Amino acid sequence: MKIMVPVRRVPNPDVKVRLKKDGTGIETEGVNFLVNPFDEYAIEESVRLTEKAGGDVFLVTIGGPENEETLRAGLALGAHRAYLVTVPAPLDSAGVAQLLAAVYAQEKPDLVMAGKQSVDTDNNQAAQMMAGLLGIPQACFAYKVAVEGKTATVQREIDGGLETKEVALPAVITADLRLNQPRYASLPAIMKAKKKEVKKVTPADLGVSPVSRTRVLGLSAPPPRKAGQRVASVDELVEKLINEAKAL
Amino acid sequence: MDFELDDIQKMVRDTARKFAREEVAPHAAAMDKSGKFRPEITAQMAELGFLGAAMPEEYGGGGMDYRCYAIIVEELSAVCASTGVVVSAHSSLCCDPIYRFGTEEQKRRYLTPLASGQMLGCLGLTESQAGSDASNQKTTAVRDGKEWVLNGSKIFITNGGPAGVAVVIAATDKAAGVKGLSAFIVSADTPGYKVAKEEHKLGIRASSTAELVFEDCRIPAENLLGGLGEGFKIALATLDGGRIGIASQAVGIARGALEHATAYAKERIQFGQSISNFQAIQWKLADMATEIDAARLLTQRAAWMKDQGMKNYGKEAAMAKLFASDVAMKATREAIQVFGGYGYVEEYPVERFYRDAKITEIYEGTSEVQRMVIARAVLRD
Repeated sequence: MKIMVPVRRVPNPDVKVRLKKDGTGIETEGVNFLVNPFDEYAIEESVRLTEKAGGDVFLVTIGGPENEETLRAGLALGAHRAYLVTVPAPLDSAGVAQLLAAVYAQEKPDLVMAGKQSVDTDNNQAAQMMAGLLGIPQACFAYKVAVEGKTATVQREIDGGLETKEVALPAVITADLRLNQPRYASLPAIMKAKKKEVKKVTPADLGVSPVSRTRVLGLSAPPPRKAGQRVASVDELVEKLINEAKAL
Repeated sequence: MDFELDDIQKMVRDTARKFAREEVAPHAAAMDKSGKFRPEITAQMAELGFLGAAMPEEYGGGGMDYRCYAIIVEELSAVCASTGVVVSAHSSLCCDPIYRFGTEEQKRRYLTPLASGQMLGCLGLTESQAGSDASNQKTTAVRDGKEWVLNGSKIFITNGGPAGVAVVIAATDKAAGVKGLSAFIVSADTPGYKVAKEEHKLGIRASSTAELVFEDCRIPAENLLGGLGEGFKIALATLDGGRIGIASQAVGIARGALEHATAYAKERIQFGQSISNFQAIQWKLADMATEIDAARLLTQRAAWMKDQGMKNYGKEAAMAKLFASDVAMKATREAIQVFGGYGYVEEYPVERFYRDAKITEIYEGTSEVQRMVIARAVLRD
């Protein structure tokens, strides 16, 4: 079984990001970047599927040369090889989906397993758009995946319950955080990752010129939270909710 | 000069940090209290390759450099100093001498299970009358046919309890003094090998510190490590590497204390504002951060020298350990000060870090011994 896993490099989510002074992006100096946590679930699930039945898990990421480090970290979690699609400037979800679809067209995997969203921009779009572009089924926010022949059964979390979907392969599945417990990269796996193939391609090599349909005008930090107030009585609370907060 | 970690070192740091935070930190306080190390953590570390990071792959190790090993010890110690020293004593004091001085057969037989984490190792050097005066060995090894017969006892042996293999220094020729000491590889299941006593300690309480007793403990002649009479040389060379491990442990303890102090300073409100707004607190954090960086740079330099195959990194390793252990003491003391009364009680982890820090000024050569080593090198040059 051949599984494609799109991965993304994100700033360490435990660290508070700082905006650049001109609001065009975030300060990357001194920031530790990691594999997007949801993508780790996708890698883990894919590796487990191939550990059982044999196969090939390849990672795809899009961005600058610094992404090779991210791919190596993903390879240390058990993926077999990787693609780095180098682009000069960041793309939006639609642009990313175009490139992913182009890699898909070259590789023809049985399954695309993605993280449900990247924890930096939280768009939750690229995987779905990719399935749309390719005209293949999608099952998102999986917490359980079972593959049987040419069919995948995906249990997914929805508001107020669970839903089970059956999709014909090839399909796009996105991983939610309860899907599995990703392994730690062991030292032997890290050493092996160093020797695994990272194929560098450009959009031109893939025969596409990706187009971003959105433009980031600026980033701004949320206003700092104001301190809470202490009230002496329920009456005072109700009065404040009505007159100050205008919540009632 | 390159101050950046390479890709492998970064991945090692990330995986060790994640493991330390998710798998070790939640148990650190309980292990400190009970004085018992969780065997699950040893098993997980074996699985991840943390018990043989700098040993070659052909002997079950990770095939990484000594800097990676130092990074792992720092990351573990930043949440639990006991876990840090389990790895450090095992790696530096047992795996390393067998790798450097062992025969091919000894490496296959003993290093492979150690480096792959199937068993822990320890070094039996210290005795009741041989502390800083390490050459004053009373343990004897007498040749009897195809065996050596060991008699004597070793104290304060880190990992002494769980170790499956010990590298033991003993006198083979009393008259020859320092040149009459030899090193042996002793399997813990040898008849006459006994773990006599586990110490109850101020800090690093979860790690085992034991007395080992040898009573007519017969080991095969081929378990002599290095040449006859080379025991003291092996011990000193081993400690040079070990000091890099302890320096890393000290850096980790200090960094853990700083992280807790920083988080607390931001949270704690006094006089209507965060205490991190006060210069008195800021200066403490600034000093801690600066000293920790300096200690890490000294430590990484010593590890780098070892990686380059330089033989004489003893002075630099001693400097790293001397400085880092002092920084660990200062940083943990100041961390408690930032916490105030809360720092003094068990609900917060900084009192544990303070207790754990002290040993780094004592084991693998006291700070006074480090100064002797450094001064000798300075006066010689």
